[in-house]
Amino acid sequence: MPRTTTIVLGVIGADVHAVGNKILEMTFSDAGFKVVNLGVMVSQEEFINAAVETDAAAILVSSLYGHGEMDCRGLREKCRESGIGKILLYAGGNLVVGKRTFSQVEAMYREMGFDRVYPPGVMPDVAIADLRKDLGL
Amino acid sequence: MKALLIDFGSTYTKAALANLDPPGLIGTAQALTTASTDLLEGLQTALAEFGRAELDGIAVKRACSSAAGGLRIVAIGLVPALTAKAAREAALGAGARVLATYAYTLTSREIGEIRGLRPDMLLLAGGADGGEQRTILDNAALIAESGLGVPVVYAGNKVAADQASLLLRGRVPRVIVAANVMPEVNVLQTEPARQAIRELYLQEITKAKGLERIQREVGLAMPTPLAVMRGGELLQRSWQQSVVMVDIGGATTDIHSFDDGKPTAAGVILKGLPEPFVKRTVEGDLGMRLSAAALLQAVGAERLQSQLPFLPEDGELQDYVNRISASKDVLPRNGRESLIERALAIACIREALVRHAGHLEEAFTPSGRLWIQQGKDLTRADLLVGIGGVLAHAGDPYDMLRQALQIEDSLTLTPKQPRLYLDRHYLLAAVGLLSDIYPQAAEALLGETLAPSEV
Repeated sequence: MPRTTTIVLGVIGADVHAVGNKILEMTFSDAGFKVVNLGVMVSQEEFINAAVETDAAAILVSSLYGHGEMDCRGLREKCRESGIGKILLYAGGNLVVGKRTFSQVEAMYREMGFDRVYPPGVMPDVAIADLRKDLGL
Repeated sequence: MKALLIDFGSTYTKAALANLDPPGLIGTAQALTTASTDLLEGLQTALAEFGRAELDGIAVKRACSSAAGGLRIVAIGLVPALTAKAAREAALGAGARVLATYAYTLTSREIGEIRGLRPDMLLLAGGADGGEQRTILDNAALIAESGLGVPVVYAGNKVAADQASLLLRGRVPRVIVAANVMPEVNVLQTEPARQAIRELYLQEITKAKGLERIQREVGLAMPTPLAVMRGGELLQRSWQQSVVMVDIGGATTDIHSFDDGKPTAAGVILKGLPEPFVKRTVEGDLGMRLSAAALLQAVGAERLQSQLPFLPEDGELQDYVNRISASKDVLPRNGRESLIERALAIACIREALVRHAGHLEEAFTPSGRLWIQQGKDLTRADLLVGIGGVLAHAGDPYDMLRQALQIEDSLTLTPKQPRLYLDRHYLLAAVGLLSDIYPQAAEALLGETLAPSEV
């Protein structure tokens, strides 16, 4: 492998759920990725700034408190403006409140420019396998 | 054994003579700086104030200088909030005047701007270690091609360091590679870059500025702001107190803080690049002479008037400001002008403190209201030290500091109730010059120069 692949990780918006974030950091590090973990209450700009400085291959956004739709909208557009328009964007957690099926949620996030969308309860291994596939590792 | 400590300022050359054993101040003297002819002339005039016997037995000579424009640096990084900010912090922490900070790939227009700014050196950062390297390599190539002819401290992504110095070598007078100012996202590491800047300053910049003779004869050791900062560091260490210092000059107002600045209240989340324990900010638009017009503009006439016991006539403030901006040594002519001078100084201190300190932003979350802190929380700072002629010569310097600290906005994290001190003999730079070689003598000088408020 020429160099370690860097990913940026964090919980977006005004969300303070810290436990899952730590688990993701651990599992992705164990899987051989260089993880830049921004922790909780991360703004879109912080995700992008960190991704630019580290030349990251992917941004992994968690949202557990139901306001993810508002927080995530526009992230892809801002990435494009910042010169990292092609970066992989993943989102996972309790992404919306209300009675919507996961396929509706997934379609909405896809439309917002996310490459992978995960419902609650997905094991990190699934996302790690997807990431390897998407990066051709 | 005696030590002679000299500060070549842009206006005054100040000399302090001290005994090393037992440590104590013998006296201070000053004369106008003779930057246009030979700096040593002004020094000789100052030294003439001492008796011949007093000047016997000088074993140590050390000097700092802010003459000839000080140490002028342009900082370059990648993302404004990350490596560009880290580079700026490192340069300020080395005692430099940061002329400008640039982010992302430099444009030909920006290269032109840099040429116009006539920096003494460039601090080139960008990318975390192992991260982005295209931009910093592009910038190194642009600097090499530009013919700027300015030494470069490289403190960016370590992976690109070899290639960048290869691009620069032979095209700029000197390249020093230092460890990254931001090795990882949100990790600040300014010390190696600060050391590299000091090394370049001593080896190259003094030569370029014609200060070699000064360096040989009186041991030019560092730029003055760095000496002041070291004086503050010694104060923080030896008194075990958190310290904020405000240094008001004619052109700029410097604030130094020696405090980790971590949140002091519950429910506060710290965000952004961490702040250096020793942090310096320089406000180029807040000063008592050269920058007085900019100060009036920055603060506004209305806020100045609120500090005055009388209502100024139309244009009175502007007239006074015009008069003092024109020359370094104009003094107030009457009581009204003294009060305006005082109000300007208070505004200067307050505005500089607000800009230096961090602030809170309210955030409403499902788990309740939280605050996001950017910058340093200095609300619990133990000491505030005032430095500069406008305070040292004022009748009520502590009242001025106290009034400057009255800031209504509870989201601004400036010192709330620090104990107030004045650097009455203007010795903090001298203390900083001595602190690494004769720490005990330096401590003694600190004790002599720091005058506490009585209340």
